[in-house]
Amino acid sequence: MTYAAGVDVGSTQTKAVIVDEQRTIVARALTETGANVIRAAERSFAECLQDAGLREEEVAYVVGTGYGRYKVTFGNTQVTEISCHGRGAVHMFPGTRTVIDMGGQDTKAIRVSPAGEIRDFCMNDKCAAGTGRFLGAAAAALHIPLDELGPTALAGERPVKISTTCTVFAESEVLSWLGKGKKIEDILLGVHQSIASRSVGLLRRVGIEDEVTFTGGVARNGAMIAALTVRLNRAPNVSGDSHYMGALGAALFALDHILVHRAPARSAGGAA
Amino acid sequence: MSRLTGGIDVGSTYTKAVVLRPDGEIAGRAMEPTGFRLAEVAERVLGAALRQANAASGEVGYVIATGFGRHQVQSADLQVTDLTAAARGASYFFPGTRTILDIGGQTMKASRVGEDRKVKSFRLNDKCAAGTGAFLEKTARYMGYGTEEIGPLAATSKEAIPISGVCAVFAESEVINHLSQGVAPADIMHGAMVSLVGRSVQLMKRVRMEPEFTLIGGILRFERMAGVIREQLGTEVNVPAGDLVQYASALGAAVLARQRVGKGPGAAAGVLDQGMTA
Repeated sequence: MTYAAGVDVGSTQTKAVIVDEQRTIVARALTETGANVIRAAERSFAECLQDAGLREEEVAYVVGTGYGRYKVTFGNTQVTEISCHGRGAVHMFPGTRTVIDMGGQDTKAIRVSPAGEIRDFCMNDKCAAGTGRFLGAAAAALHIPLDELGPTALAGERPVKISTTCTVFAESEVLSWLGKGKKIEDILLGVHQSIASRSVGLLRRVGIEDEVTFTGGVARNGAMIAALTVRLNRAPNVSGDSHYMGALGAALFALDHILVHRAPARSAGGAA
Repeated sequence: MSRLTGGIDVGSTYTKAVVLRPDGEIAGRAMEPTGFRLAEVAERVLGAALRQANAASGEVGYVIATGFGRHQVQSADLQVTDLTAAARGASYFFPGTRTILDIGGQTMKASRVGEDRKVKSFRLNDKCAAGTGAFLEKTARYMGYGTEEIGPLAATSKEAIPISGVCAVFAESEVINHLSQGVAPADIMHGAMVSLVGRSVQLMKRVRMEPEFTLIGGILRFERMAGVIREQLGTEVNVPAGDLVQYASALGAAVLARQRVGKGPGAAAGVLDQGMTA
């Protein structure tokens, strides 16, 4: 059996996925990117190999993606995260035509063809508004761990209206709502709704076509899924592996490479 | 009637109060961080300014509030916009003022004023931190410095290191990158100022700036800022001395209050709060 891997070096976290020839995920790993990007890529790949119980030489091809894809020094090639998220999302949910990817520092809206090719995309690469950082700022201001943001917001009943766009100013707005005696749940619900509307604005720029698939680290946040569902008037596809969608797409591109370049003779010999 | 007048500027970061004597001289001034209880902080700074003036609150004939929190000030007889107050304050120090750049903790405003000291045109940014004092504050914080260290730090810089001023959040990785490459924090701070001033100049161009230029607002207390603005404009600029640069709008409100209390023209009701929506 031959295996392929994808390593997605994101601004905040680095993800690795290994797939087998049937395109099934056999292992995944997640690590904080931190300051040493090369080490983060190596670490996530090593953990992923360990999770799969594989030796490095059993993985025939590795594709790096994400903003740090050129730091995947052991990778055979690189593919942009736009392509990888599109590919991963269509693999996981074949009906996907639109992808919203929310990461730690950027949000991307991607429109894909039925084959998973990129038709159009749009991202906020210049400004942190409406990205995971906005949630991070709110979490820091309220002293709440990131993982608890979603559950806390889901308990909100009367969301506050967040009027600031800028992530820096959101921090003080959150505190001022707290000063006015608003409940943390209602403030956080407002924060999620604010990010969801910005994301839907981004999606409209590429055109929203059914089905919509929600990927990236923020897709683990139930309150964001709920807020997007309201703004989109439809429930987005979300998988337990949403966080790994970029790495999965990269692994699938790596597998393509293996299958395309496999010489018939070696193919027979290479099969386990 | 020899009554004192007061101006209170409830800004995004600091709240300032100025008490004027009937002859137009500053009798007292005070400020403190705005926080979240705007009504209370406004009364407190006015009280502190009055104490400095050795005056009781009964001696104040008229109080005008300005700044983003002006409508929360209970003791104010009238509210005027920041731009109206800034125009009067800047003209108090520099009567020839035609263009004002006001950089605060969370806002940046450029305005053009006429010979009548009224606002003719303005542009403002309160949407994006990269175009306000918050950009410098964030840059300082990424390097482990507090707000009050920004001025002294930038003063020691020999050369500005370019910082892309596109987003105050994304600047973090850029700053850390520079630090890890051994760039001096002072040069990074200086670079952040150059970037912020670049944005200021764009805003000033949009109001069709003309001399004289007067700079006000809390961020101008960092002396290097005025120097960077001079370099980018290629011309001389006016800056109120010392901490007065932070009091310009509160002072302008007090000047308008003085006109209201009985002297001088321009006291017609209803004309003061024009020019800007909250």
